[in-house]
Amino acid sequence: MTLVYILKRLAISIPVLWLLVTLTFLFLRIVPGGPFDQDKALPPHIKANLEKEFDLDKPVVWNTKKWSEGHYIQFFTETQYFYAMKKLVHGDLGPSFKYRTRRVTDIILESLPVSIELGLYAVLFAFLLGIPLGILSAHRHNTWIDHTSMFFAISGVTLPSFLIAVILIYFFSIQWGMLPAGLWDSGFEYKVLPVVALGIRPVAIIARLMRASVLDVIQADYIRTARAKGLAEFPLMMKHVVKNSLIPVITIAGPLVAAVITGSFVIEHVFAIPGMAKHFIQAVTNRDYTLVMGVTIVYAVFLIVANITVDVMYSVVDPRIKLS
Amino acid sequence: MTQSGTSLWQDAWKRLSKNKPAMVSLGFIVFIILVAVLADVLSPYSYETQNTVERLMTPNSKYWMGSDQLGRDLLSRVIYGSRISIAVGMIVAICALISGGIYGAVSGYVGGKIDNAMMRIVDVMYTFPSLLLVILLTVLFGRGLFGICVALTIVSWVSISRLVRGQVLQLKEMQFVEAAHAIGVRNWAIIFKHILPNILGPIIIILTFEIPSAILTESFLSFIGLGIRPPLSSWGSLANDGFQAFKSYPHLIVFPGLAIFFTVLAFNLLGDGLRDALDPKLKNVSP
Repeated sequence: MTLVYILKRLAISIPVLWLLVTLTFLFLRIVPGGPFDQDKALPPHIKANLEKEFDLDKPVVWNTKKWSEGHYIQFFTETQYFYAMKKLVHGDLGPSFKYRTRRVTDIILESLPVSIELGLYAVLFAFLLGIPLGILSAHRHNTWIDHTSMFFAISGVTLPSFLIAVILIYFFSIQWGMLPAGLWDSGFEYKVLPVVALGIRPVAIIARLMRASVLDVIQADYIRTARAKGLAEFPLMMKHVVKNSLIPVITIAGPLVAAVITGSFVIEHVFAIPGMAKHFIQAVTNRDYTLVMGVTIVYAVFLIVANITVDVMYSVVDPRIKLS
Repeated sequence: MTQSGTSLWQDAWKRLSKNKPAMVSLGFIVFIILVAVLADVLSPYSYETQNTVERLMTPNSKYWMGSDQLGRDLLSRVIYGSRISIAVGMIVAICALISGGIYGAVSGYVGGKIDNAMMRIVDVMYTFPSLLLVILLTVLFGRGLFGICVALTIVSWVSISRLVRGQVLQLKEMQFVEAAHAIGVRNWAIIFKHILPNILGPIIIILTFEIPSAILTESFLSFIGLGIRPPLSSWGSLANDGFQAFKSYPHLIVFPGLAIFFTVLAFNLLGDGLRDALDPKLKNVSP
């Protein structure tokens, strides 16, 4: 049943992806300025050759010349859009317009693991810190512990992530010289600051949600019964309260993935991490059509998978919710 | 029951005025808006006058927030930056509320196949990675105030339309709406006289949460260099300017960053307060 549901959702996602790809394609073609417009103009014949190589010598969406010649099918096929789609279906994103000797797929394969690693550590950090914080806050409801941790939580949601990153770098790298101020290497010390800076916002989101959830569960009748039977506070919290409060927290993968992706744009910029977000920013500025397209597709697939996962998780953790 | 003299709004105000963080935030928001409006009067120096002798000064009695690489007074630049940041927040929140609100209200009120089709479109919008979409849209609409606002509105109206639709769906089933139908009140009169006043509370709350989220997104964009372009500058682009030299002169990035932080925090605390005051049951509007 679940498998059928997942397959159905994936099938619906295909037209959505197609729409996204088409819109991105059109956006990039509408804006003035092409990838080969540089400060120093290229010799016309070189530019013409380059444009031929990248299919840019064809019209964008329809080829009126072919229409007037009576080739009605080529009206659609002899276009940049059709060529791009044809290559895309074959899994070929083409060469990068900016780094002409490299293929977009290679650039993505190189930078995606970096972004995933950063994002995964940040999510892990968020759960490890956010859940205990939320439990503590709810258990000491309306005490100074609650107020302090909730003040930190709301600060975590409102602090711009570049400010967190810069403060961390200033103290840990520049003042105390404990950790490197940037770059991404295999060493553990390179990961601490970016992961913490990226993770603060998710920590805050999880802590707030966990607190609300625990407060909700604590009022339930079965908790009162357990208390009345004389169950000690610690096993009560662990076995009955926390277990049941985790349900809504597990299911926030969607907003969490979105927060991590958004955050990674700033964090990869500040720490000079060679991930996808950094490539995307550069690609947009360079009008690197193919690279923008590739990165957009990867991010969209991520979001789609995250959304489906959320809906499936809902029904797994709470069997009362039916998938439809 | 001696409350017969107080309306819902007076009640809400009474509850809100007891909420200290919310009231302090309200005061701060009024202050920031005044600063933005009165920037010409308040800023001690011009935001663009360069003074190459006094470059990169740390905060001192002459330049309260120090000066930047070109010797411009940072305090004046932060004051002028508030104009763009606040304007983006307000314009985007209002435009997104109007477009998303009307869309959601129509969808919920009409119902049936039209509702279904309209919500499909919303679902598709949800799948788009919103930050990527904003960046692509700013490429299309340009990176002036207009372009940024249009781009942010296009990605913000979606969640508002869902919320408003939910509210309208609930109200539509209420007996007083049914009664209005029964005595022959026209559709537009039902929408404006019976439904709108009843969702005004949630709408105000959404507005208060939408403003800081737009301010934050704009600051992200400007910080990574894809937002507002010079000569305009927002807090985000000031932070980006300061980023180049922050290892030696952290104040250049800390002050604009703090301006964003306090403003966004104030709007969020006010939003929390309004939510508690207007509708304690409404939990799902927070960010």
